[in-house]
Order: sequence, then C-alpha cells, then structure tokens
Amino acid sequence: MEPTLKTDIAVIGGGPAGLAAAVAARAAGAERVLVLEREPVAGGILNQCIHDGFGLVRFGEALTGPEYADRFLRAAQEAEVQILTETMTLELTAERRLTALGPQGLFAAEAGAVILAMGCRERARGAIQIPGTRPAGIFTAGTAQHYLNAQNLMPGRRALILGSGDVGLIMARRLTLEGAEVLAVVEKLPYAGGLARNIAQCLEDYDIPLYLSHTVTHIEGKQRVERVTVARVDEAGREVPGTARVYACDTLILSVGLIPENELSLKAGVKLSPVTGGALVDEDLQTNVPGIFACGNALHVHDLVDYASAEAEQAARSAVAFCRGEAALPPGIPVRPAAGVRYVVPFFARPGSRPLLSLRVSAPAGPGRLVVKAGEQVLAARKFTRLLPSEMARLTPRLPVPPGAAEMEVLVSDA
Amino acid sequence: MEKHFDVLIIGGGAVGCAVARELSRYDLTIALAEKESDVARGTSGKNSAVVHAGFNNPPGSLAARLCVEGCAGFAAACRELGVPYKRTGKLVVATETQDLPALERLLAQGRRNGVPDLALWTPEQARERLPSLSCHGALWSGTTAITNPLLYTIALAENAQANGVEFFLDFPVDGITRMEDGFIVRAGRRRLRADWLVNAAGLYSDLVAAWAGDDGHRIYPCRGEYLILDKQAAELLGTPVYPVPRPGIGGLGVHLTPTVDGNILIGPSAEYIDSRSDDGTTAAVMALLWTEAARLLPALAQSRVIASYAGLRAKTVPAGAADFGDFIAEHSSKVPKLINLVGIESPGLTASLPLARLVARLLGGQLPLRPRADFRPERQRAQRFRDMTPEAQRAAAAADPATREIVCRCETVTRREILDALDNPLGVQNLTGVKARSRAMTGRCQGGYCQQRIVAVLRNEYGLKPEDLRLNGPESWLFAGEVK
Repeated sequence: MEPTLKTDIAVIGGGPAGLAAAVAARAAGAERVLVLEREPVAGGILNQCIHDGFGLVRFGEALTGPEYADRFLRAAQEAEVQILTETMTLELTAERRLTALGPQGLFAAEAGAVILAMGCRERARGAIQIPGTRPAGIFTAGTAQHYLNAQNLMPGRRALILGSGDVGLIMARRLTLEGAEVLAVVEKLPYAGGLARNIAQCLEDYDIPLYLSHTVTHIEGKQRVERVTVARVDEAGREVPGTARVYACDTLILSVGLIPENELSLKAGVKLSPVTGGALVDEDLQTNVPGIFACGNALHVHDLVDYASAEAEQAARSAVAFCRGEAALPPGIPVRPAAGVRYVVPFFARPGSRPLLSLRVSAPAGPGRLVVKAGEQVLAARKFTRLLPSEMARLTPRLPVPPGAAEMEVLVSDA
Repeated sequence: MEKHFDVLIIGGGAVGCAVARELSRYDLTIALAEKESDVARGTSGKNSAVVHAGFNNPPGSLAARLCVEGCAGFAAACRELGVPYKRTGKLVVATETQDLPALERLLAQGRRNGVPDLALWTPEQARERLPSLSCHGALWSGTTAITNPLLYTIALAENAQANGVEFFLDFPVDGITRMEDGFIVRAGRRRLRADWLVNAAGLYSDLVAAWAGDDGHRIYPCRGEYLILDKQAAELLGTPVYPVPRPGIGGLGVHLTPTVDGNILIGPSAEYIDSRSDDGTTAAVMALLWTEAARLLPALAQSRVIASYAGLRAKTVPAGAADFGDFIAEHSSKVPKLINLVGIESPGLTASLPLARLVARLLGGQLPLRPRADFRPERQRAQRFRDMTPEAQRAAAAADPATREIVCRCETVTRREILDALDNPLGVQNLTGVKARSRAMTGRCQGGYCQQRIVAVLRNEYGLKPEDLRLNGPESWLFAGEVK
C-alpha cells in the first residue's frame, strides 16, 4: 500500500507517554508529529483513573488521572500535534512504515522516526494458571476499574482481590466505597506489590486485610464465582498444606502484574527483554531497530506516571536527533543488573555518556547503597534507607562510562 | 398445546447439530433441545480440534469406519459450511526406542481401516517437518487435519436452522414421558412433543436414554485438561504431535496441536471423575501437561500459557477397562422410536456427519424420508478482516464504518465482526457466544481490552440492561447493576 501520510515523528499510543513524547518532539524542532491513538480521546489509562495522586513529582500537586492527561492534551494541541483518535496501528515495519485503521479507513504512513508508547496490558488468569472452573465474575483490576468508572457498572457484591499491585489496591477502596464487601487482598509474595501510600489509604483506612505469602489456589462456581480458595505459600511459591481457607464470594479481582504491550514492536523486529517485556534500548531509548524508540509502560512498567512522561520526553529528543540524521553512534556496552537488582533500563550505554538509569530491586532492601560500576571503577554510589520492588529507582551516574569498559553493573550493596 | 415434531434431537453438540443438519434435507419437522445457552458448550467445544484420520480405533469398529469416512469428507463439509479447515498432517512419535513397535502396529491398523497416506518416518524425516522434535521415529499421517470445532458446530446448527430446524436453547431436559403418539420431553414446566427422539446428549446420553425407558447404558466421564499457548509459540509447531498411545490411560496421551488460529494446545490429560459437569482444571494436571509437552518439544519451555480449559469424554467403559468402547449408534433395543448415540467420544467430531447419515438411514428404514427441493447445504460466512489482503481490508473499511474499528486487538476483530456475531441466527447474545463466533477475547489479553467494548455494544446497540448481561448461562451474571 502506498503511504498516504508522511511524518517526521510517529508516536504509537496517545497515553501519558505518547502525549509527552509528541509535545517534546515538537519542542525539539520536529515539524510534523503524528500520534496514533485507538481510543476516541487521548490520555490512555489515565482517563479511567479518577483517584488523585498523579503529578506530585512533575507538577508538585495531586491531580486526578484525567486532569494529568488534560495538561498534556492541551500542550499537544498548542504544539499542533496531529492526534488521530479511534485509530489502531495494525502493522509496523523496520523501515518505519505503519498501517493503521481508523475513521479515515485503512491507511499507510511513513515516519522519519517512530516512538513506541503503547503502554501495557494486565496479566490475566490464564497466564498465572489458577485452577478451577471458568465462571463469570473474574475481572482484572483495570477492567473492573473501567466498568466502575467509565461504564458505571458494579462488577460484583462480595469480592476477593488477588495481587497487591496499585490498581488492585485502588479497586479495593473503590469497591468498598460503592457498597461492595472486599473480603481480603491476597499477595503471593512476602511483600506488597503496590505503593506504601496505597496500602495505607486503600486498605488500612478501610480495615481490609492484606495477606502476604498467600495465593488463590482454586476457583469454584458453575456460572458465576461462588467460592475461592486461598492458601499460604512458601518461599518457592508452593502451597503450604493445611493452610487452605475458602471464601464465599461472587467476584475475584486480579491485580497480578502488567505486561508491556509490544506485539507491534515484534513485527518491526524489535528485540525485547524477557525481564521487563519491553525493548532492549540504549541510553537514547533507541531499540535495536534504528529510528524506533520506546518509552513509558511499553518500555518497562513504571510506578509513577510522572516518570513515564519524563522518559517519553527523552525518547522524543533522541527521535528528533535521529530524524535530523545526526550520525549514528556505535552500540554501547551492556548495562547489567547485578546483586539485588532485577532490571536496569537502558540495557546499553555508550562510553562517554552518563545515562539516566531506571531500575527496580528484586526484593525489599535497605538500608544500603546503590552502586554503579564499570569494571572496578565506581561511577555512582547512592545511599538509601529502603527500596521496594514496587518502586522504581532512578539514578544518573556522576562519572561518564569510561572508554574501554566491557560492561556496566548496577547493584545493591550494604551501607 | 406443546409443539409436536417428527423428530426431536436432544443435545446441541457437534453430533446433535450434524444430525439436525442432515435430517433437515428431508421433509420432516425437526427440533433440537440443548440445555446450555448455546450449542457446542460441552465436549464439542473442549477438545483438541483435530480431524482424525482413523488409525487409532480397532479395525471393524464403528468408530474406525465413521472416522475414516468423516475425515475423507471433512474438507468438503467445511467448505460448504464456511468453517476453517487446515490439512496439517500429524506425527505420532516414539519418544523412546521401545515405542517403535507400537508405531508399526498403528500403521498396520490404519491400513486395515483404509486410512490413506500413512508412513513410518525416521527421526531425520520427522525433524525435516518439525526441526525441534525429540523422537526415535514417527508415524506420519497425511490426511489428519485441524478445524475450529466451535465454528463447525455453530455452522451445522445455523445451516440446520436455515433449513427449518427449530432450536430450543436453555432447555435442560429433565424428564421424558412415552405416549401412544410419541414422547413428551420436559425441561421444568416447558414441554416438547415428538414422534421420534434422537439421543445425542453426550455425557448425559445414558440418563436421557433411561428417562425415555432404556436403562441399558452407562457413561463414565473422563476429564481432559488443556493449556492454550500464545501465538508467539505457533512457529514451533505446524503439525500435531502425539506420543504413542499407551493402553489403559483413557485417551491418546498428552499431545501438542496447532489451532487454525495459530495457537498451540497442550493436552489432554485423562482422569475418570464422578461428575458429568466438573470441567474445572487442577493444579496437578496443569503441571503435568507442561512436563509431558516438554518431552515432545523441549523448545516450548519459553512459551506463554494464555488460558486453560477442560473437557469431559463420554466413555462407555470404566477406568482400567480394555480402553475401547465403540460408538453406539442404533435403535434402542428397549424403546421404539428412540435412536441412541451413546459413547461418542473422540473421534466423534470427525465422525459427526457420518453418524448423522447413519441416523438418517436408521430413520429411513421406518418412515419415509422425502428429500426437500429447497434444502440449501451452503452457509455463507463473511471473510474475517485479519485474513483479508491489505487491498481487501482497505476496500472493506472504505465501504463500512464498523469495519474501521478494531474491537479485539489481539485477534484483530472489527466492530462489524462483533455485530455479525451478535446477530447470529440462534439468537445467542452473551459474551461466550461472541467469543466462539468472532474469536474476540481469545487472545493473549483474554478480553482485557475488548470485553468492556463488547459489553458497551450489548448495552448501547442491543439495549441490554447491566443486570441482564451474561457470560454464558442464565446464572452467569456479569454485573450486580449500576453504580448508585
């Protein structure tokens, strides 16, 4: 199909990352910036997040999801970003050609650079293989949130929540406020998956018990959920015999993880990390495919939207530089997560650069130090009192990556 | 006065719907009663979706004969009905050298059954077909194929209905009375009358026969669990791979099957249970399926499970028996005008149309079957958007606003396809019905993206109230109501 649209920057996804990337791309000098958004209104998942707490880092105030999105939407309009809504991108090639379907029909577009900002999806029951029947009444937390906030629908009356991710915690409060009974939040790991502020504000304030090191081992119900069995698990995640408890309930809400959305990226040949599920980017947030950049939750799941926006702006600046034909640099050295660190983004960094490192620890840690090393040379060391897997840490090394280094490591050490 | 039919079929699985469609060729009044809210809700929708060649059943058995006949005609039936069909062939592999004699026995059995295109392959030949395969030798069956059993059964039902068959869904038969002029079949307070009964009730076929007065049958449910893998695994497997069947295990053994939509199925297990309806999955079997699958294809270890399900086989022999109970398809020996189809487990899907023709012959011996001039065997089905060429996609989108919106992103299902699924002739308007007809909600996100959009369509365009929305059956409510 002949391209009907040519653009400097194509941003796939008009959520918080995509909008921030588009605005930043215009600010960095890109003439034509196109955002492809599948919903009728840009803003992404923020539009169903009617609780507040967004923007504390970036704006110093607690905004609701729609308010946060609105600031970027206005900025995009002022910057004359072209946002195509109700438009689903179906294909993407390594040559940065896109095929999309929307109100104007099926069309092809060609971009100088592409920014992947598709966000993430929720892990569903099948992926965690909960045994039992397949009745109505099992919802992922985000889906339940959509039904409540966007369609005014009550997903159930008596609910159990599996997983202590933030959306699950927020749903515990929301369901309670709407008159449902939330029996418990059950978390397989020995620590909570969500932010400490959400544990306090969504569970403790409403006397909803949180059972750590517990999971759902069975679902019963012919047509609608009738009973859910919960049991304690050991460190290896195996059920501890004799600990099973049965909850009579009609609803099971799953908040069991988010998976970066990268089916399009794979079509273009973008390589993904098995740990983050996002692209293996360098310090410019460029993927292994030249001219294709990634940011936001499509790159790795963020704790705060503020950081997703900031990351998107960095991707946009890199994408604009690529469009200008600034000379491609040789690939950098690997950035490796070492002791106590689950992942670090970016995955590669060039000698001479001081990349912003986003990382998560693999288990609660602290007090201790986050250390960035290249060989024996320490590039950065930062003290911390407590780091949780639910929180992203961000760190820019004081010293640049030395020439000749084989790899960089990021690790947690004792104080 | 309740309606009176010439023939009432009990059971809306592949076999019952095939019987309905086959009998609709003749000048008869026909009804089909199904206890669930849609057809194909039992064993017919929960299996490996394989069109079997016919080498697994003993020579001379009805199952062997009808399976070979069904396999030979399956492609043509799918073309006529607009159902996906793909001739993949199949490999039965010897994972140990001691399995090799069993392959030879299967080959000989297949040849006696009249199965074409069978051959013994060396491990090298097998690996040419499937590079990552681990085996000591294999039996190749060139005529084995895969289909979508849900769409197949739905297509049979829709075509039967277009040719005059009346469908009674949500009609759980709970009693049958024999009258001088036929049967009264009850579901609660509702009744249907018929001269003839065809018992295609699968797991309940022994009960239905007994209610009609024939207590000579017994069904032993045998559960089989499956895992469904993400399409990212599809490139690993173009052909179904089975282990050598081991006697006494109640099935063909855990195998790997590609689906017509590009997923991989792992399963089934075989476990005799006391319930006819407990199709829940279990932790122990889920773990076992992985182990068995990895023995056949170690490369699977990296793949992702997106869903699991279980189906129940309607066996006529109990656990530990010689492991083969043949199909029973005959006039009841005790009750006149009752035709029993009992023990139709695998390869019942493959054999469904031959079984239906057998029922027509049994009926034809006792009442005149006059072909109808207006019988139409074809069922038109719109091509799926994702299967179109880009040019056809562009033209379809230009012509229809509902084709410009993707509702299910994982399976690339348009709003038009959702509307078509909801406008189905059987009048099924629940989420599982949409899923079976459109494939929306079957992908890697399992409806995380599209279910809420389909709910909105049901509310806004079909005017359903929140409390009337259902996943499938009448008790499967989705919402407690609106937020106050």
